[in-house]
Amino acid sequence: MEILVASAIGLMTAVGIYLILRLRTFPVIVGLSMISYACNVFIFASGRIVAGLPPILSPDAAAYTDPMPQALVLTAIVISFGMTAVLVMMALGAFFEAGDDRIDLDDGGAK
Amino acid sequence: MMGHWIIVPVVLPAIMGAFTLLVLRNTIEVARVFSTVTTALLAALSVWLLLGASAEGPEAYFLGNWPAPFGIVLVLDRLSALMVALTAFLALAVQLYAIGTGWDTRGRHFHALWQFQLMGLCGAFLTGDAFNLFVFFEVLLIASYGLMIHGGGRARLKAGVQYVAFNLVGSTLFLFGLATIYSVMGTLNMADLAAKLPLLPEGDAALMRLAGVMLLMVFAIKGALVPLHFWLPATYAQAPGPVSALFAVMTKVGAYAVIRCFTLFFPVTLPASGALFANLLLPAALVTLAVGAIGVMGARTLATVAAFAAIASMGTLFTAVAQFTPQATAAAIYYLLHSTLAAAVMFLITDLVLSRRGTTDLVSPKTPMAQHGLLAALFMVAAIAVAGMPPLSGFLGKLLILDATRGAGQMLIWGAILVSSFVLILGLARAGSAVFWKTAPGTPLPHAPQPLAFVATGALVAGLIGLTLAAGPITGWLAETAAALHDPVAYIDANKLEPHDAP
Repeated sequence: MEILVASAIGLMTAVGIYLILRLRTFPVIVGLSMISYACNVFIFASGRIVAGLPPILSPDAAAYTDPMPQALVLTAIVISFGMTAVLVMMALGAFFEAGDDRIDLDDGGAK
Repeated sequence: MMGHWIIVPVVLPAIMGAFTLLVLRNTIEVARVFSTVTTALLAALSVWLLLGASAEGPEAYFLGNWPAPFGIVLVLDRLSALMVALTAFLALAVQLYAIGTGWDTRGRHFHALWQFQLMGLCGAFLTGDAFNLFVFFEVLLIASYGLMIHGGGRARLKAGVQYVAFNLVGSTLFLFGLATIYSVMGTLNMADLAAKLPLLPEGDAALMRLAGVMLLMVFAIKGALVPLHFWLPATYAQAPGPVSALFAVMTKVGAYAVIRCFTLFFPVTLPASGALFANLLLPAALVTLAVGAIGVMGARTLATVAAFAAIASMGTLFTAVAQFTPQATAAAIYYLLHSTLAAAVMFLITDLVLSRRGTTDLVSPKTPMAQHGLLAALFMVAAIAVAGMPPLSGFLGKLLILDATRGAGQMLIWGAILVSSFVLILGLARAGSAVFWKTAPGTPLPHAPQPLAFVATGALVAGLIGLTLAAGPITGWLAETAAALHDPVAYIDANKLEPHDAP
């Protein structure tokens, strides 16, 4: 299972990086989402991978899994979701203002 | 004892931001009053916290009264109190500027976003927990996204998308670094990490070095260190003037985080990492300095001049930080105070020029501006401060940094700082003469005098002069602060950790 999880994280990160290096906003947004998925799984795995164990106290539990990464990953999911939403809104705004979805600046930043 | 007051710099702007958003969203005059009063209260409180922290030493605030490694802590020490005070006073002056120029009416929710920005900044400075540092980074970033595109426009939105995308990648990297630390250490409390990291078994040292480098990269993105500075010139040149001025403290968040994390839990004395981080930081800082100076020389608009001057100041600052000695850290914090104010003044003047001249283009001459002489005098003072010429605090700051970097690599560091200062003087003189001397014949366009904007800019200049006049007491106080940072026993004790075994 470790190999499966590790290769999934690596693959998602690689795909994410590839997409972020595109020049259009939509692939960049998808790439950022892929990287944040990979990151969430990575945080989850930082408390060691165990199957079928409860994170909270229960009378008939033989052992526990670390509850901290679950709390951390919840925070990270909420934040990355919100950030992606902001980025989508700004990308839409830029698309309607500029008429194209290129991510590079066109005039060298002059004002 | 500061007690519950430690969390007020986070809670007060949060409540006022939400209140402004919900109740005052259609009444800009009332929103202005509430927002300014809130920032003024924050400034007053920050002075009190600063006095308390310097008299009594570090104090922790346990959220929900959970004990330290398990719950979230805020820690007030001299450095965090100083950064909160710097942020509050800068924000107050710049906010008055925004009101005086009417920038806050050019889009919606300016004051609410401003308060959320302050909440994120104060939280990032006060937190004693690495994961919470990430959370407050996100709070200040999401508010900065809104402020950055305030007023809208094609170029600003395009620069904004780049800024957001760049910072989202940085946030993800931050999470990867934190998860790596957690997987090895089982804790993210900064004081707990400082206590446990020296006991790290040899086999895990490589993982922690990796995590440390990831954190360093994240803070380098925030601090616009080459090669992670690409977001800064377009963002700062395109953001509204007052927002760029507040962002002068945002790059300093990166510098603060480096000073905090890499003196507290990744110090140069740590066997697992040693001088690794200093050796990575110093060359990057020197290249940043060079890129900033060359950028000022080559810039075609005054806004870009100000942006690259900010990059150069970060290079100087990180050069001092990378020494990781108490003397150099004290010099770095003094230069941090100076460069925040100087960069803010520069951005405000750029905005005043933009509104009177229509453009900050340096290539084609324009007719003289309204209040031409006053603006030219202000620019001269700001340029002296930014370049680090006597008699202002930039000169003293650079002198302190030169004094603290004697020893190995002295020739390289001194050469970089002195040559770049010379290039900065040339670049700023070129920009100033293009804007203020090479004018086309004609009469100035009429423009409102905006006294409040000039008073706010003048207040920041007065801050620079105060920093120069009080340099003796301030550097003495900073020397004690830096000594406490490099020997963080009191900081760790403030967290009241249980004695524990090796991890």
